Amino acid sequence: MDTAVVSETDPDVMLFRVLRDDGTADPGVDHGMTDAVALRAYFEMRRLRALDARMILLQRQGRVGFYGAATGQEAVPIASGLALAKQDWVFPALREQSVMLVRGYPLRDYIGQVFGNAADNLKGRQPPSHQAGKAVHQVSWSPVIGPQIPQAVGAAMAMRMAKRRPHEIAVGYCGDGATSQPDFHAAMNFAGVFKAPVVIICQNNHWSISVPTAKQTASRTIAIKARAYGMPGVRVDGNDVLAVYKVLRDAFACARSGGGPTFVEAVTYRMGAHTTSDDPKLYRSDSEVEAWAKKDPIDRLRRYLEARGLMDDARDTKLEADASAEIVSIIREVEELAAPSLASMFDDVYAELPWNLREQKAALESGPRAPKH
Amino acid sequence: MPEMNMVGAINDALRHEMRKDPRVLVMGEDVGKVGGVFRVTQGLFEEFGEDRVIDTPLSEGGIIGTAIGMALYGLVPVPEIQFADFIYPAFDQIVSELAKMRYRSGGEYASKIVIRSPVGGGIRGGHYHSQSPEALFIHTAGLKVVCPSNPYDAKGLLLASIRDPDPVLFFEPKRVYRAAKGDVPEGDYTVELGKAAVTRPGKHVTVIAWGAMLYEALAAADEAAKQGVECEVLDLRTLWPVDIDAIVASVKKTGRVVVVHEAPKTCGFGAELVALINEKAFVHLEAPPIRVAGFDTPFPYSLEMEYLPLAHRILPAVLDTARF
Ligand SMILES: Cc1ncc(C[n+]2csc(CCOP(=O)(O)OP(=O)(O)O)c2C)c(N)n1
Ligand SMILES: [Mg+2]
Repeated sequence: MDTAVVSETDPDVMLFRVLRDDGTADPGVDHGMTDAVALRAYFEMRRLRALDARMILLQRQGRVGFYGAATGQEAVPIASGLALAKQDWVFPALREQSVMLVRGYPLRDYIGQVFGNAADNLKGRQPPSHQAGKAVHQVSWSPVIGPQIPQAVGAAMAMRMAKRRPHEIAVGYCGDGATSQPDFHAAMNFAGVFKAPVVIICQNNHWSISVPTAKQTASRTIAIKARAYGMPGVRVDGNDVLAVYKVLRDAFACARSGGGPTFVEAVTYRMGAHTTSDDPKLYRSDSEVEAWAKKDPIDRLRRYLEARGLMDDARDTKLEADASAEIVSIIREVEELAAPSLASMFDDVYAELPWNLREQKAALESGPRAPKH
Repeated sequence: MPEMNMVGAINDALRHEMRKDPRVLVMGEDVGKVGGVFRVTQGLFEEFGEDRVIDTPLSEGGIIGTAIGMALYGLVPVPEIQFADFIYPAFDQIVSELAKMRYRSGGEYASKIVIRSPVGGGIRGGHYHSQSPEALFIHTAGLKVVCPSNPYDAKGLLLASIRDPDPVLFFEPKRVYRAAKGDVPEGDYTVELGKAAVTRPGKHVTVIAWGAMLYEALAAADEAAKQGVECEVLDLRTLWPVDIDAIVASVKKTGRVVVVHEAPKTCGFGAELVALINEKAFVHLEAPPIRVAGFDTPFPYSLEMEYLPLAHRILPAVLDTARF
């Protein structure tokens, strides 16, 4: 890893950044993000923000059951999607579904999952914000905090044994809260012991619902935990998409070339509520939120692009309008599609329906219908 | 007597017991400042401070493991597991440790804690915010399992659970957390563990239910009555040790039984209840006991109302049993 450029000298707390406060990139860092990639990152981040805002609105209107947004944390999933290779596998947590959008998963299918109806490839089995898709190697996740991290390590161990070309790697994501779970520590340990080609990325967004990170761990940073597991730990400014992209590209290259795992702590902030079920006013101050609003990852990238003559108000407005129009038209198309069939409830429990499920399916189909919600 | 919902009644019970018994404390994820994601512990942090209302790191195994340690030392922890669906990371601590501590130490050590956790579906939560895992814990020797259906019982049963010498899993039916309202006495009272309640007397069919499904059983009973079938609806309240006398007494009267629960049918608590009824009241049965339960699938999201054993599915079972 050559991500040695740091804003602080204490190696335990140093935070890798590329974008400076004035929006220009630190000239001392070879961040490796081309203008084309930077523009793509900007488009993806803007679209993701528009999508999250729209879905939260629909949830308030009762048209969507639940929603977990990534607002303020767009840089990590988008930079991840841009830095990963096609063959790599993704094990997301709540804030990283959108990695798959960057890797070519259709927005229509992604939105379809939110409605859990005929447009949902996952057949209405999970609440919104649980997208997954085999075509882009993004594995199905549960909202249980932690289990996906050792699973990512295991997939990476298998990849190492398979030695396919081009080389594959796995990434596993988690929040700061998840680092308290035994699964996190098992994953870190296995990754280190087996030198798995995996990158474990923790989005430290400062909160686990109402619990601040300081009450989650007594470690000085989260990245420092990597040391105990015998792997490099990198602390990166998670609201600086150039920095995240640089750190991830290096970590992915290291894993891909047999150099073993890396642990990345991306320091960021959850700008909105935990999910639509949460009211953050009960536990955190407006001033804290306002301070982080000034570090917004999209604003920062925009300043960078403006400074390079790649973005202006007119282009930005059009980009935003186009993204919103696309989202709205997809919603219009998929929202009213039919619910999954009754019979589909019994599919996929086992590869084939055993007798009890055949009986239950017949009873449900011939019985009375439930009242609507 | 003030009217309360379930959330208020449970909160009142916790506050009451914490004022009375300095050994009692609350711990869990988000239980402090915000008072829990369902606000059940609201205001306790302000009154009792951070040593007795502990916001823990995000680790259910850590919560239950440390609660056991505190209990061994003499405290009475009442940990909250945010959703019963998230109890599995603590399964080892509960099943291998909590349940067996007294037995394996020859009675020298007892670890007395009350684990509170919301259960059940009907809130558009999907599989991981809807499960009803009671059978797993009933199956584990050494644990008591409670599930109130209304505010009065919730307070009285929680106080009884905290004072009981055994570990208790206290499952709270989240679908009726705010919908179930009723008068709740101020101050001290308990509802004895192990006692069912006859919520609606009747002579034709016994319907056994608990938690949120009690209301569905009552709704089905109303409909059945219009067709001349009088249900006796039993609210188990304590699932284990179950009130076998109340069940047998009712079955002797009706000879017909329908058991209702949200959890999947296979190896659900209904299986045990039907087996017990066969063992203890076979000669009084006029019809085979019937289970109306969740299907043997994970809890679905879009189809959750079709999955749940609501009144529309209980009624035909009641009528079939009555006409058998
Ligand atoms: C095992 C488990 N326990 C509790 C919860 C409830 N819960 C959902 S998200 C969350 C906080 C997660 O915090 P963090 O890992 O930092 O992720 P973030 O939501 O901040 O991205 C909690 C406690 C859960 N989903 N799973
Ligand atoms: Mg967090």
